[in-house]
Amino acid sequence: MTVSQLDQLPGFIRLGGPDEDREIRKIYCCDLLSLAMARAPADCAWVTVMGNMNTVAVATLADAACIVLAENAAIPEECIRKAADEGVAVYRCDEPIFETAKRIDALL
Amino acid sequence: MSGLCYRFQVPGDDYSRAGEASSTVKNRLKRLGVSPEAIRRVSIALYEGEINMVIHGGGGEVTVTVSPDRVDMVLEDHGKGIPDIEKAMQEGYSTASEEARSLGFGAGMGLPNMKKYTDTMQIESTVGVGTTVRMTVLL
Repeated sequence: MTVSQLDQLPGFIRLGGPDEDREIRKIYCCDLLSLAMARAPADCAWVTVMGNMNTVAVATLADAACIVLAENAAIPEECIRKAADEGVAVYRCDEPIFETAKRIDALL
Repeated sequence: MSGLCYRFQVPGDDYSRAGEASSTVKNRLKRLGVSPEAIRRVSIALYEGEINMVIHGGGGEVTVTVSPDRVDMVLEDHGKGIPDIEKAMQEGYSTASEEARSLGFGAGMGLPNMKKYTDTMQIESTVGVGTTVRMTVLL
């Protein structure tokens, strides 16, 4: 599946991202950035409630395809812009982490 | 040592700017055609090191030297130092502040990740003087 297909999922809102679409190959759920840094697979949809500039840095360095903020977690506008510059799309979903990941999994 | 040399200042206590060195090095290694796996290892080790410098070291200097067969990284701070390096190397051990934890750090994975993703790592630290970490990733 591709990142833009997340637009079809109920409760998902695209907050920003690059023009080019990207493939999502896996889903990764974690809120501890050091764990995510080491273990998030490349081209994953990373589901977290942690929305700050370091989330963007980790997503970029780990080559995540997109960040999905579960629980309607907040993220500053500057972080969304930075993520888009780095080629990482940012989505938000009102569901908890597990349900958010399940919805993505249905398309994988 | 010959090779391309990059230097970065890491500001202390500014979490939002941590990652600039690793992000810049990652992009340069990509342009040099270094393998994705090696880039990932350098990125992880360098980012963890930068974050440690922000959380514990009060900022400092990062020097990265890229040679045809290796990437050498030296991270130097003048912070409070590490009293017990062996303990600091244990997964799950952390002395990170509440602020760092609230941002998603403090899992006690920083130094173990740096060791795991590099071919060699050496730490020199003196309490009250600072810490120097040297890491190498072979290409």
